[in-house]
Amino acid sequence: MFRPSTFLIDKEIRQKKFANLLSTITFFLFLPALIIIFWLFIKGYPALSWSFLLDDPSSGMTKGGIFPTIVGTFWLVIISVIVSCPLGVLAAIYLSEYAPDNKMTRLIRLAILNLAGVPSIVHALFGLGAFVLFMNMGTSILAASFTLAVMNLPVIITSTLESLKAVPHSFREAAWNVGASKLQTIRYIVLPNSYPGILTGLVFSVGRSAGETAAILFTGVAFYLPFLPQSVFDQCMALSMHLFTISTQVVGVPESYPFATALVLIMLILSVNSVAVVLRTYFRTKRKW
Amino acid sequence: MEMKISNAAAVSMEWRQKKSRKPTSEKIIEGIIRLGGLSSIVLILAILFFILKESFPFIMSKFDFKEFFFSTQWNPASVVKIRYGILALLVGTLLVTIISMLIAVPLGLACAFYISEFCSPRMREIYKILIEFLAAIPSVVWGFIAIMMINPLIINIFDVPIGLNILNASIILALMSLPLIVSVGEDALRAVPETYREAAEAMGATKWEIATRVLLPAAKSGLMAAALLGVGRALGETMAVLMATGHSIQIPESIFEPGRTLTATIAAELGESPKGGEHYQALFAIGLVLFILSFVVNISADYLIRGRRK
Repeated sequence: MFRPSTFLIDKEIRQKKFANLLSTITFFLFLPALIIIFWLFIKGYPALSWSFLLDDPSSGMTKGGIFPTIVGTFWLVIISVIVSCPLGVLAAIYLSEYAPDNKMTRLIRLAILNLAGVPSIVHALFGLGAFVLFMNMGTSILAASFTLAVMNLPVIITSTLESLKAVPHSFREAAWNVGASKLQTIRYIVLPNSYPGILTGLVFSVGRSAGETAAILFTGVAFYLPFLPQSVFDQCMALSMHLFTISTQVVGVPESYPFATALVLIMLILSVNSVAVVLRTYFRTKRKW
Repeated sequence: MEMKISNAAAVSMEWRQKKSRKPTSEKIIEGIIRLGGLSSIVLILAILFFILKESFPFIMSKFDFKEFFFSTQWNPASVVKIRYGILALLVGTLLVTIISMLIAVPLGLACAFYISEFCSPRMREIYKILIEFLAAIPSVVWGFIAIMMINPLIINIFDVPIGLNILNASIILALMSLPLIVSVGEDALRAVPETYREAAEAMGATKWEIATRVLLPAAKSGLMAAALLGVGRALGETMAVLMATGHSIQIPESIFEPGRTLTATIAAELGESPKGGEHYQALFAIGLVLFILSFVVNISADYLIRGRRK
């Protein structure tokens, strides 16, 4: 009968061992993440209540809730997306539909890459120098949102660019051949077909800005404010900053408070991201090409 | 054939565009799109400009190259002698970056190999969503985890008085940069043409042999880029490191001693330094150093990725 030689069997065993090793490593890399979320949940859950979410902090932030920080985070995220979305989409349209293959385009790509890689604290320095001081916005929601918008721009450009490029070239050719101008093609063919992808990228960037701390540290977020922001020129509190404050700067905070705050922040971001994942899967199954 | 047709279509399209006069509104909108395309270049230059602008007076007057880069004394608020030496901070940054990469790069690349080559498609989707979730955890939460979870763990396991030290920060940074390394590494492995694997398999190579002898050399530059992007991430991380390093300005003698990084120094001190003062300008000078460091890392990563595609 034909049987594999011992050499081949050895090989087979070695390969199995190798695959098992890799799968174990991978499993144990993701284990900490699950443990951490589980652990935050257990420790923070007792302090979670409607009053924790809807009350103001009191007694030097050792009692009360986190309502103003949620409001502040909401303001920052919304304004930053309003600013960065049009700019990012325009830049992506240029890169995908107009940009010739030359040095300038190469430079733009490099700039996007570097913008994405600049440390967040350097973005904070930029926001302080450019928005707070030079443009005279003061430390305000507006300045902080602009800083976040600059941070998010490369993310939005990249995700939009990907979804624009996913629209088949033949769609454009068909539009050109019935006499549509380049702009009409973009407006009526390319953009409608890539809205889902653009939307998904935007939702991801919302999650990202909600957790950002360093960039808003000096540009518009206060440790503690006794009132809610009245306009975009006021300072605000933010969930991420609040977590930093009560876990490092304030003494006498009951242990469950920072845990509950971290839990709220993580759940907020994870639910936003889940929305993005669901959107992406939904549109992928609906895609007609 | 298909390529030719699409070229012809593009050419005829260009020709028609040149021939017909565009309405003004269309020209204006296309102008706006072009401007939008330049936004990232404008912004990166603006970042450089404003950081230079704020740090310029310090660099021109008080800046002493030797002291700035080679002194371990960072005493901006000292009554006796104010000194701005970032050596200890620079060493802190490099230490946590290097140690975290020693942990994260081998593990992350092993993980990328597994997800790209050995995993079932279903598990791959699950892992990818997990990677996305891990990447979404904000740095301030990682910092919180460093204080509340890793800190007591280190104290218990290694029997040291403080758990907020270089080791803690490195572990946190490793966890933080893993998702990036895994996903970029996996992309690099996926980019190796399927025919390479098939050819090797046809000659009787096992998956292990394919991975080490075929895929590793073929995806080498992409994998290195993954590692470099991880370095960039670790280098620039602020909040987590601020909370995990223990915040003392010294060159640590072991990984169980606290230290401080460039980023954490800016985050901790900028709020206290009066605007326009010398200390404030010195902090912007640190920002400039960070900007240049991340620039170099990112450019090299891009070069490696481009090199692969050629």
